[in-house]
Amino acid sequence: MAAEDQSQTSQSDLPYVLILKPPPSFVLFGDHFFHSPNFQYLKAYESPLPLPHFLHTHARSVQALLSSGGAPVTADTIRLLPRLGLVVTTSQGLNHIDLSECRRRGIAVAGAGTIFSADCADSAVGLLIDVLRKISAANRYVKQGLWSSQGIYPLGYKLGGKHVGIVGLGSIGTEVAKRLEPFGCSISYNSRSKKPLVPYTFYPNVVELAANCDALIICCALTDETHHLISKEALLALGKDGVIINIARGPIIDEKELVHCLVKGEIRGAGLDVFEHEPDVPVELFALDNVVMSPHNAVFTRESFDDLCKLVVGNLEAFFSNEPLLTPVALDDLPHFSGRKD
Amino acid sequence: MESIGVLLACPMNSYLEQQLDKRFKLYRFWTVPDKSSFLASHKDSIQAVVGNAAAGADAELIEALPKLEIVASFSVGLDKIDLTKCKEKGIRVTNTPDVLTEDVADLAIGLMLAVLRKLCESDRYVRSGKWKRGDYVLTTKFTGKKVGIIGLGRIGMAIAKRAEAFSCPISYYSRTEKPEIKYKYYPSVVELAAHCDILVVACPLTKETHHIINREVINAMGPKGVLINIGRGPHVDEPELVSALVERRLGGAGLDVFENEPYVPEELFGLDNVVLLPHVGSGTVETRQAMADLVIGNLEAHFQKKPLLTPVV
Repeated sequence: MAAEDQSQTSQSDLPYVLILKPPPSFVLFGDHFFHSPNFQYLKAYESPLPLPHFLHTHARSVQALLSSGGAPVTADTIRLLPRLGLVVTTSQGLNHIDLSECRRRGIAVAGAGTIFSADCADSAVGLLIDVLRKISAANRYVKQGLWSSQGIYPLGYKLGGKHVGIVGLGSIGTEVAKRLEPFGCSISYNSRSKKPLVPYTFYPNVVELAANCDALIICCALTDETHHLISKEALLALGKDGVIINIARGPIIDEKELVHCLVKGEIRGAGLDVFEHEPDVPVELFALDNVVMSPHNAVFTRESFDDLCKLVVGNLEAFFSNEPLLTPVALDDLPHFSGRKD
Repeated sequence: MESIGVLLACPMNSYLEQQLDKRFKLYRFWTVPDKSSFLASHKDSIQAVVGNAAAGADAELIEALPKLEIVASFSVGLDKIDLTKCKEKGIRVTNTPDVLTEDVADLAIGLMLAVLRKLCESDRYVRSGKWKRGDYVLTTKFTGKKVGIIGLGRIGMAIAKRAEAFSCPISYYSRTEKPEIKYKYYPSVVELAAHCDILVVACPLTKETHHIINREVINAMGPKGVLINIGRGPHVDEPELVSALVERRLGGAGLDVFENEPYVPEELFGLDNVVLLPHVGSGTVETRQAMADLVIGNLEAHFQKKPLLTPVV
């Protein structure tokens, strides 16, 4: 099925990959990096037609869909694409895809696999050290010229010896644990089920985990069960010396309660890459020196981008040549995803 | 021991100051109107000096205090103490090793992550309120980067151990190669610099290591190289470093120490690939308390004629 020279082969011979909205990596880096001689992109966002009209027009040609967090793949969308056989996502999270509908229709899903795990884990550890040691706050202090005028900066808190609780011990959670061990942290976790071969302490629920650790790191998927998993109760259990780091999804934490706890000093600090209503961030956080924030960019490194290009193209090419997908998502044991927008 | 005179070189820690005040006759050097007349009038009352990374006991001070028996440093670095003079006069010297190793190593890794992953810049970006979907801050992956360590002592080894968990290949430069260490050794800093992505200064400051990071080393690091300094400011030729960063001949820097603290070259303030910290390597509540306890412990041991806890001389 390979088309050696695209200019010689008619464009209409190449199978279509539908894109509803450009993924962040298309915008940031350019879609030419995702080019393949074996398929072509059908960009709904470049059409003057309203989306439902566009989908009706092209429905029969679309066998694959390239998705990202900002473009949910709902049951409604899926129903408009009778020939859809594959959804590929550029994101780590899957909460924007109606996986049950995909399973029902026999549509395969290809995810990011573990290509982002190292970067996510690095972000989590970086944010944790930043919050405890006040790196961003102290950097601001120096760059405003305050060290020479106002003197010694307030002390931070030691990471060594702290109890770190990981919420969700999947690929990312495991990488976080691995990195924190040589810092002298003791690791415990909460996950849907206890993992038998893991040397860390398991807690059956998040409140107990929070009560027994100094830092909570959120590494789990956003599902109906994990929505607002970190509630007021969990935050109060974490306590005044506790820190929370979220590199997963904003809605896993009850953001209103989090802001309240931070403003009132009920917890020591937070490192947040994700928020409930991105790109809106609660303004109360801007006044706090014990909060470190990033614009949902934990996976946006040049290196991960390179890996992502290869993976996306690889999965699509595999699909169109009837080869096994590189990073198929198992659809048989699904937690509940409502296909809610990321 | 309330009659024993202790000279505290500069403000360093209120818990330490409190404890010294309780146990000894404490003189706060920075509060006297005229230092030389103070020394002249109090020379027979001072038996101990407590210093830190900023101020210690140089030859001049030692000569001015004939009753000086011990210099206890609230630091592990000894560059502010004239060790030769102390040895000559039989003055004991103590520092605070081990208790601060982890914090300094943690900060080194924190700086690497902050520089490569632009944590401070990302935070600034969100705080500016200008985050719109589609605008992201692009960064460099830390996992797997080659880390080169200058000085493989306690702190250097602790940094290596941590970086290894991020799959970073480790190499080092030391005065002598350590055959029992599995990391790759380079016989010169320039060679080390040429073969790593991130270069960390973790050695003591001595005459030999002064400006160990010079133009040649910076050139060898190249436009993607990142320098992390958790040692002492004078390890780096600061004007050379500043021009390399401003001219983008060096990829980035994470600096906790400077040649003339608390003054930091303002040309660095606007650079998003540079993270600047106010000498906080050991700056945690837990560690400063442990350091203070060690200083007090050493002083008490000395004046009770017991073995010193962490003697250097």
